[in-house]
This record gives sequence, structure tokens and C-alpha cells, in this order.
Amino acid sequence: MEFRIDAAARQPIYRQIVEQVREAVARGRVAPEERLPSVRELSRTLVVNPNTVARAYSELERDGLLNTRQGLGVFVAAPKIELTKKARKERLFEILDRLLTEAVCLGFTADEVAAAVDDRVKRFQWAPTESTS
Amino acid sequence: MTTEQTLTHPTSAATPLSPNEPIVTERLTKYYGRQAVVNGLDLSVPKGSVYGFLGRNGAGKSTTIKMLTGMVVPDCGTARVLGEDSLALRPETRARIAYLAEGHPLYNWMTVGEAVRFTRAFYKQWNDRLLERILDHFELSRKARLRRLSNGQRAQVSLALAIAPDPELLILDDPTLGLDTVVRRDFLESMIQIIQRQGRTILFSSHILGDVERVADRIGVLVDGVLRVDCPTDVFKESIREVVLDFPGPPPEFPPCPGLVSSRVVGRRRELIFVGFGEEHRRIAEGLTPAPLSIDVIEMNLEDAFIEYTRGPRRSLPVFAEDEPHV
Repeated sequence: MEFRIDAAARQPIYRQIVEQVREAVARGRVAPEERLPSVRELSRTLVVNPNTVARAYSELERDGLLNTRQGLGVFVAAPKIELTKKARKERLFEILDRLLTEAVCLGFTADEVAAAVDDRVKRFQWAPTESTS
Repeated sequence: MTTEQTLTHPTSAATPLSPNEPIVTERLTKYYGRQAVVNGLDLSVPKGSVYGFLGRNGAGKSTTIKMLTGMVVPDCGTARVLGEDSLALRPETRARIAYLAEGHPLYNWMTVGEAVRFTRAFYKQWNDRLLERILDHFELSRKARLRRLSNGQRAQVSLALAIAPDPELLILDDPTLGLDTVVRRDFLESMIQIIQRQGRTILFSSHILGDVERVADRIGVLVDGVLRVDCPTDVFKESIREVVLDFPGPPPEFPPCPGLVSSRVVGRRRELIFVGFGEEHRRIAEGLTPAPLSIDVIEMNLEDAFIEYTRGPRRSLPVFAEDEPHV
């Protein structure tokens, strides 16, 4: 996958790396078991301190998005659901409410928002239906 | 409207003289006339780190660096470099330290090849292959006269000469000053390659905050000769926040409190800069009369954070420990 970082951005560099990996996974641009560049490689190509890359990777690993295999490299993890359905729903609703608040303030109608969501949904990689617990 | 406060972060639990800290200074002080250009500096740079040494012009960065290399004698305090007093460095120890002076002074009448032979004579250890690789990478001919080289090429020659003895510690005084964006990027890449070699430590001063954010693990900020910030780069960036309060009418005063760096009124908004904005600050804001209509907490990029932090005479709020008060 291609990384882009902006040293003048407000977001710290390690956060930018974390967000880009999360987004690439969510959009299906990287597949489970795909190998990502090592800390060393990424540090060199992005010209950032290796500790910054290591910090991003360890955060992603903690969140279950990546696996480091000793001597083999860094791999995208198979999706794994650790939170209960209820907890996940709560988090989703929280984010939805925030989004809907903004949409109302921007003057959209409910139908317009639903149509926009339908359109954007196609750009992401979704878990197969029925398979979630 | 400002409070003195410090943002530092403990370097490590090790004792100050442990070899895990290639640079340790204690109360390092230098006066020029009656003015303390460096004032009671306690600095410790952990082994294997890239330390970005920041400050506005005249803040005392170069003087500090010259004391570290033994070129300026401190009026008080000590600097220990690779475990030895900076004024009594043995030649063997000196050979393990690379120093790039501001502006890359070189003997202009020499060719690149002559400069290599000349410099090499001072060192027992010399990595010719590494030097060749760097010169090739930058497409520098050994026959070129130094006088004829561009600023960028001179910087590359100095860097190549500095790295060839395979030093443990590199001290670089504003190494990318006056270089164009492409050459600067090359230079940063070389720095990344150096730190990927185990145990190398770099201290560099710079005014280009984007570069600092890319390569530095840790930053120190000097304000008027005093070290006001010493912590991981991310901690500094994440500590400084702009807080914007919107009011229905003229904004009320914001009471001085720990962490507040500056406060200004723009129309019906009061814009505040904080180090470590927390719940307590939020409560103060909510308790103002009239109460603010909204409280926006905005992240800042490193450059803006640095500017807000260092501008004005007493605006700086020290950034040190997260979990340990700085003494």
C-alpha cells in the first residue's frame, strides 16, 4: 500500500500512518495476510524516524489490525471481532449521531443523507452478511 | 495573562552519568557580558535517539553546541559527552563524535578528494566504502574544487566526511540551513540511515519544524537560554492546544492558571493556548460569566505549536514530565 504523510499537518505522523492503514483495510485496499513494509523500510521511504513507524505499528497491532511475525514481517490481520455486538452497536450509534447532527446542521434532508450513505457504502469492504456473531 | 510552566518528560530512570546518555549537561551556563546566553541547562540525550534542539535565533543553541564540543568554555556547570567532560575529551573519544558546524565550513582551496584525505588523517577508524557510497549517491566528483560547489553539495561533502569515521554521536548545528527542499530531503534520508545503525545518537538544531517532526524522537526547546521543553516530539505536539471560546458579547477575562500560555481576544472569541488542556481548564472555561457558547479544542501542527510557545517574552510554558514534575 502507498503511504503519504504530511509533516505540516496537525495530526502527529504516527496517527497519520495508523489512520491510513485503518482506511486501507476498511476499503479493502489491503487484504488479510498481505505483507506491509517493515518498520525499517517504511521509515526510509517516508523519511521519518523509525520509532514513529514502530509506534504506529504497535498501536495497530494492539487494535488487532496487524500481526508482526518474527523474522517474516508485518502482516494485515484476519478480521477478528472482540467486542460484543451490543458494545459495537453502541459505538456505531454514537458515531452515527455525531454524523447526523452535522448533516442536520448542514441542512440536508433524511432522504439525502440515506442516499449519500448508500452511495459511499459501495466504496468499502464489508464483512460477508450472516457471518457476524 | 501567562503562567510559567514546564513541559518535560523523564528521559529514563538511569543515573545521569550512565553511558545510556551520550550527552548530559548539568546547570550548564554561559555569559556573554552580563547576559546569560545559556542558563542552567540540564540536558540529557538518550542513546539511540534523534534529538531536535530548537529555539529562536539567539536562544543559545549554537553556544550550547559549542560547549558540548569543547569549543566554548562554560562559566558554570558541566557537559559530559560520551561519559567524559567536554573540556577534557580524549582524542579517542573525540574521534567517536562528529560535529557539523553551521554553514559547513571547509577548506575551499581543496578538492573533494583532498578534503577526504585530509580529514581521514585524523581518524583511526574510517569507512571508505560508506564514504564512496555517499559521494556516489550525491554524484560528487572527487576532483571538484570545494570552492566551486553549491551550498547543498558542500553540506553533502561535510556530512560524508562526518559519517565516514562511523561516529557514535553526531552533533549537527542547523545542518539543512540554506539547502533546497530536495537536498534537505536527501540529507534527512541520510540521517534516517544513520540512526538505523544500532546505537547511533544525533543531536541537531534546526528551524524547519517539518524536518524536525519527521526525524526527531525527542525535542528540546530553548527560550532565552533556558530549556523550557524536553520531551518526545509527539508529547509536545499533543500537549499544545488552541482553545477557542465563543461568547455572545465581549469575552470575559480568562483567569491565569497553570498551563495557560497565552490569551487573546478576537471579536467575540477568546483564543487561548494551553499546554496540557484538561478537565480543570474546561471547568474554568465553563464557569466564566457570561458562559461561552462553545468551546473548541484545536490541535496544532508542530510549527504553530512552536511559534505560539516561543513567541513573546514570557509566554513559554515549560513542557517536561507527564508523570513527574520537573525540578
